[in-house]
Amino acid sequence: MSHDKTMNLTLHVWRQNGPKDPGKFEVYEAKNVSPDQSFLEMLDEVNEDLIKAGKDPIAFDHDCREGICGMCSQVINGMAHGGQDRTTVCQLHMRMFKDGDTIYIEPWRARAFPIVKDLVVDRGALDTIIQAGGYTSAHTGGVADGNALLVPKDIADYAMDAAECIGCGACVAGCPNGSAMLFTSAKVSQLAVLPQGKAEAKRRVQEMTGALQECGFGNCTNHYECQAACPKGINVKFIATLNREYLKSIF
Amino acid sequence: MILDGKCPTGPIEKTWDKHRFDMKLVNPANKRKYKILVVGTGLAGGAAAASLGELGYNVEAFCYQDSPRRAHSIAAQGGINAAKNYPNDGDSIYRLFYDTIKGGDFRAREADVWRLAQVSNNIIDQCVAQGVPFARDYAGYLDNRSFGGAQVSRTFYARGQTGQQLLLGAYSALARQIKAGTVKMFNRTEMLDLIVVDGEAKGITVRDMVTGEIRSHVGDAVVLCTGGYVNVFYLSTNAMGCSVTAAWKAHRKGAFFANPCYTQIHPTCIPQHGDKQSKLTLMSESLRNDGRCWAPKNKGDKRAPGEIPEEERDYYLERKYPSFGNLAPRDIASRAAKEQCDDDRGVGPGGRGVYLDFAASIKRLGEDTIRERYGNLFEMYEKITDENAYKVPMRIYPAPHYSMGGLWVDYNCESNVPGLFVLGEANFSVHGANRLGASALMQGLADGYFVIPYTIANYLAKTAPGKVKADNPECKKSVDDVNNNLKKLMSINGKKTVSEFHRELGRIMWENVGMARSEQSCKEALKKIPALREEFWKNVKVSGSGAQFNQDLENAGRVADFLEFGELLTRDALYRNESCGGHFRVEHQMPDGEAKRDDENFCHAAAWEFKGVNAEPELHIEPLKFENVHLAIRSYK
Amino acid sequence: MQLFTSTVGRKVLMAITGQFLVLFIIVHLLGNSSIFIPGGINAYAEHLHALPPLVWGFRLVILCVAIIHIFFGVQLSLENRAANPDTYAVKNLKKATLSSTSMLYTGLLLLAFILYHLLQFTVRATPDIRVGVDALGRVDVFGMVTNSFSHGIIAFLYIAAMVVLFLHLSHGIQSFFQTMGWNNEKSLPVFGKIGKVAAVVFLIGYASIPFVIVTGILKG
Repeated sequence: MSHDKTMNLTLHVWRQNGPKDPGKFEVYEAKNVSPDQSFLEMLDEVNEDLIKAGKDPIAFDHDCREGICGMCSQVINGMAHGGQDRTTVCQLHMRMFKDGDTIYIEPWRARAFPIVKDLVVDRGALDTIIQAGGYTSAHTGGVADGNALLVPKDIADYAMDAAECIGCGACVAGCPNGSAMLFTSAKVSQLAVLPQGKAEAKRRVQEMTGALQECGFGNCTNHYECQAACPKGINVKFIATLNREYLKSIF
Repeated sequence: MILDGKCPTGPIEKTWDKHRFDMKLVNPANKRKYKILVVGTGLAGGAAAASLGELGYNVEAFCYQDSPRRAHSIAAQGGINAAKNYPNDGDSIYRLFYDTIKGGDFRAREADVWRLAQVSNNIIDQCVAQGVPFARDYAGYLDNRSFGGAQVSRTFYARGQTGQQLLLGAYSALARQIKAGTVKMFNRTEMLDLIVVDGEAKGITVRDMVTGEIRSHVGDAVVLCTGGYVNVFYLSTNAMGCSVTAAWKAHRKGAFFANPCYTQIHPTCIPQHGDKQSKLTLMSESLRNDGRCWAPKNKGDKRAPGEIPEEERDYYLERKYPSFGNLAPRDIASRAAKEQCDDDRGVGPGGRGVYLDFAASIKRLGEDTIRERYGNLFEMYEKITDENAYKVPMRIYPAPHYSMGGLWVDYNCESNVPGLFVLGEANFSVHGANRLGASALMQGLADGYFVIPYTIANYLAKTAPGKVKADNPECKKSVDDVNNNLKKLMSINGKKTVSEFHRELGRIMWENVGMARSEQSCKEALKKIPALREEFWKNVKVSGSGAQFNQDLENAGRVADFLEFGELLTRDALYRNESCGGHFRVEHQMPDGEAKRDDENFCHAAAWEFKGVNAEPELHIEPLKFENVHLAIRSYK
Repeated sequence: MQLFTSTVGRKVLMAITGQFLVLFIIVHLLGNSSIFIPGGINAYAEHLHALPPLVWGFRLVILCVAIIHIFFGVQLSLENRAANPDTYAVKNLKKATLSSTSMLYTGLLLLAFILYHLLQFTVRATPDIRVGVDALGRVDVFGMVTNSFSHGIIAFLYIAAMVVLFLHLSHGIQSFFQTMGWNNEKSLPVFGKIGKVAAVVFLIGYASIPFVIVTGILKG
């Protein structure tokens, strides 16, 4: 329900002009923030003030604002997406904070994600991983009837659990190693358990993990920090599945 | 001018098959010589780029997001229709066709809708082959559910994230083609102009949103898949970046804009919480399968919902539409909610809301079943409102959601500008005046996978590849125009922010041309919009520079286009002196408040031709013929 | 070859070699436990060294396994550091533990400890070593160990090293199951617990020897 109390917050926001430029924190005050506002709406307000003051507004990625497009990407107080369980920044609401709080806002940090500007990073490497094999080579048209391949509910559910990944990159941002293994494993697992994906399973896991390495992501050392950071709660069991698929592919 | 939709004639069941045979083909060896520019990578664009690339065309695809996977198709929750008739409950291609024509309130072309219904089955097969994890039963068969506006279970779904899964399917097909080198992808690139050479669409001018570079891309055909325009209302369920810009630029270059007044207001959205809100969030329509809509019977009843006894509740949808009840189509459900609120019986902040109550279903099925069906939606609701909908009823209110209108296209999805094709929500073709649930995904994928691959060949076969080169003077002119426009925006340096203008435009549009429209309100808006536009070009403040990553500038350009487009939408709403589907003119209603069509005078698509910013657009008409589904009063009682 | 170059392959190598080393420390712990049986450890040592080809074969295998484990451990850690060069001003870890984040350091400390341990009890080159002969004419391992561990500093060093081993293993053992792909949602926490319990057993088992000696519970 609506709260009448508004809050004043101190924001430490990472500002950086481009990938090669040095960055630093700037301090801003967010005044009269309503607890019913989303985090991004709070930043909108700060930006409105900056624009009016003739200053450069804070650049941040966002689009659908309903937690599904995966565009928003901020590390808030050291936690990707702010640390609320299974929540993207755009779904994070200000009632999570208290009046007088100090909030640190940083971009995703990983070698594979160069900073574009301020809180905006280039996540093209995730696309590269999918392009390496995150698909079935189904041609448009000329496929079998949907019910020709039976997929029992538990398998379909397992695939769906993996397929929920929104590709935001929080797993990379949260990983102490800057690894995209959870992201990769979600796609590998989804397609590995479905009959339509099995034909290419071996090639897929090799190509995708190869791309992960080439893109400059780190290696997975089972911290499981990715699962904690994931706004969709993708489970690290999929990394185990990926490992299993990988072992199957080389022996 | 009377427009020709170029629909094939003869028995409707044969139209698409016959047409496919009649169309010309491009020799496989020649395909790579043709370059096709696909703008937008949602369901329509992603599917089109992937399919065209696979056929061997040389494709360049563009999206404004950082990855094609983020297009707003991803947000669709409920499902996708197909006439598979797996549940054996009486569905057929004909019934899907019939339902869609009727649901669209008889304002769509029969042939287009038939084709959509026909290829709907192929879409499901295609998506399954891609690995889309549709819901299945324990034996492994595809599961279906019912959806608003239909009496059969024909909706395929993947939890509450069907759009996401279908988009990721198309995205994966696109990724495969990018890897294969047939599609070149341009992320963070926004189309800002259409290049027309000798009357044909031959390229686009884009802005690289990272470097600010303005450059043109030439090709042999342009395919616009750039979505809808309901962000003209400022608050909507669309993504923040959704805009009319690409379609509007094409319109300014000659493409007709058809039926812009057909906007869909979705009944089940989370009500607005305050004036700083940036967008509205949709709750899947599937909630109406188990939720009951009600409002207090007494005016101004401020009691908590639990304190209002059963006999003082008005289950208005069940009362008004006994046979469809809470599953009445979207336009009807939305208007009914508005009626309750206008009658001072709304609930929540500002009285702009009604209840969607699950208590009865929870009692009947148990909380666990409800949790299993809608758990993610209840969770989302709680995140946003801080209320537990298992305990207290949800509050919902209609919000702008989808645009049925769009660029005018013929049966081939080709606009009146040869070489310019428009797919998905960006065109006007199949939903008439109202779209039924679970059919937007169907249309996007139908156009992208199964229509454009055939129809574009028919155009390309008649044109020599590479006719227009990058050094064409039209390209330079277009780049200069775009540059000048951006410079102008940057140079105003006024006092009001872009968002302030957008909000103001949204208020004008929502109040005057929103869920209910009248001659007077439209005329009011037609006075206010140009005035606001004039103020915008004098007093807007855009920060930063054009030669860098600049989100403020991006928004400014989009709002500038909305300020022109809003006027056209209003003009169309004023012109269409009838009520139909999502377009409700208060002057034209049945005694019980239902929309009253005027088939005598308005059984046509109204396509507008751009004549200049402050000039009146020219109207062209495409008459609609109903030979299979007979014009009738749409009744959901 | 992929096993030695790919990201998952090397992870698997780490897991398998790591598990091999765990097997070794199980055997080693069982052997060490003979110290609690009067005369036991001397007999154990004698039997062991009666078969030089076996001992040297075993040592060679362990050496290879350890080299692989150390080499790839360092290599992967360096890569991971390069993949995440800019640190956050504020970092709030939710699942990672001291144990999981300090694998490189605990590993290197263990390496240092093992070198010292070999120098001490295998090469017998450290100043504290007193080697005698027991009543049965065998090398008096018992006397040597009790003599060395009666120095407080050495006992402390050993106990500290076993704490480091505990940290290394409490991540390493459960990690093995994940890396081999044997995990699902249910087994994940179970293996996590098994790993921790095993690490505690090793800690108690190994640390008990210097502890009982330095506290005088076991007298030389």
